[in-house]
Amino acid sequence: MIEFDFAVVLAEWPMLLRGLGLTVTLTAVSAVLGALLGTACAWARLHGGKGLKRTVGTYVEIVRNTPFIIQLFFIFFGLPSLGLRLSVEVACILAMVLNLGAYACEIVRAGLQTTPKGQLEAALSLALTPWQIFSRVVLPPALARVWPALVSQIIIVMLGSAVCGQISAEELSQAANLISSRTFRSFESYIVVALIYLLLAVGLRQLLFWFGPRFIFTSR
Amino acid sequence: MKFKALSLLTALFTGAVLTLASTAHAADDSLNAVLAKKSIALGVASDFPPYGFMGPDFKLTGVDVATAQLIADKLGVKAEFVPVSTPNRIPYLQTKKIDLIVSALGKNPEREKVIDFTVAYAPFFQAVFGPKSLNIKSFDDLAGKSIAVTRGTIQDDVLQKVAPPTLKIQRFEDDSTTVAAFISQQTQLLATGAAVAAAAVQKNPQVQAEYKLLLKDSPNFIGVRKGETALLTKVNEILRAAKADGTLEKYSQKWLGRGTGVLPD
Repeated sequence: MIEFDFAVVLAEWPMLLRGLGLTVTLTAVSAVLGALLGTACAWARLHGGKGLKRTVGTYVEIVRNTPFIIQLFFIFFGLPSLGLRLSVEVACILAMVLNLGAYACEIVRAGLQTTPKGQLEAALSLALTPWQIFSRVVLPPALARVWPALVSQIIIVMLGSAVCGQISAEELSQAANLISSRTFRSFESYIVVALIYLLLAVGLRQLLFWFGPRFIFTSR
Repeated sequence: MKFKALSLLTALFTGAVLTLASTAHAADDSLNAVLAKKSIALGVASDFPPYGFMGPDFKLTGVDVATAQLIADKLGVKAEFVPVSTPNRIPYLQTKKIDLIVSALGKNPEREKVIDFTVAYAPFFQAVFGPKSLNIKSFDDLAGKSIAVTRGTIQDDVLQKVAPPTLKIQRFEDDSTTVAAFISQQTQLLATGAAVAAAAVQKNPQVQAEYKLLLKDSPNFIGVRKGETALLTKVNEILRAAKADGTLEKYSQKWLGRGTGVLPD
């Protein structure tokens, strides 16, 4: 029978708190930027020129068909040899934004493509500009349709930030690793951190489901 | 039938263990045997730079290989190198496949129970490495710098204790990512074992890394079969002479980029 000793793990709470702080920051920044990038890419894939369409398509396929950790290693270890050296945090955010952007692109595009034709024709008959049509008529209901999928994707990216510890970012999972290698209480460390991730994910989902209908798209 | 086979196997195994035990405490005749056949079998690592490794010319080289060659030369016999690995080197010695272990072997009480050790011949150490352009003379000079280290290693522990709080310690999961962070200049410094650092520098000469600060010392000894006192005495004689005339210092400078320091006798 294993004897649990959570006290030694919880005694390291400042480290857990710092880790939690970084995980939340990474997620918040990359969720906002990633969703914006995804929406822009979705627009480009539907309405852009031939070259733009192809470029965005290539980006989306590369990101969606390679592991996140490899993308992260490429940015952190690979780019410096091309002369671009990013700090750990910036490298993590860039990797997460690029990753979320590609998935969000496909999710938003699905939403945009299911816009009923009549709605577009109505907008055109009101002599709205293409930008007005996209931003006022097409996008909000499209986002409302795909919001659950988008929220799930943001949570996946949040959980995926656990691998950022591999490039020495001191986020939540790195904190768990450090605590377990210092206290030799790995089971307890990972239980505690798993619970924190669980609460974080549930909380984030609640927040976004509350936030979306009120600020991103107004469902009436 | 099955039981018979099993008991036969047990008998064979017991026999083998007994033979092993008897060879482990063999008569003190290795030195004479070596001199008689004019060759000595030396267990060296072939994949552990800078101690024992394949050079670009596919010849074994390194501190260990040079030291082993020196011993053979002083004995006036031919050196016969046998590549060994960390887990098999002591069994190889006990079963007389080799006469000496010269492969970055550290001394500990468990090993002292089964083999004898000569005096130390080369340093093995955990250290801070960094580019030549960076002036690091003491731990205080680490203030405000960044360093890559593998999480939970001895280096990590020592750094944690001695480094100034403004040193940014970046922890990675294994030696290869730690080294990659340093090579790609994501960190300014690297804390690792001498062998890992030497391999990294050898493959990435552009980083111009050199030894900066010592974190922990654990020198290497040559392993001799238990009870081979004549051979042990002779090798100790050779090593002490090589220490006195600066040969060991020269090897250490050449491959480790640092003097031998005070080697335990």
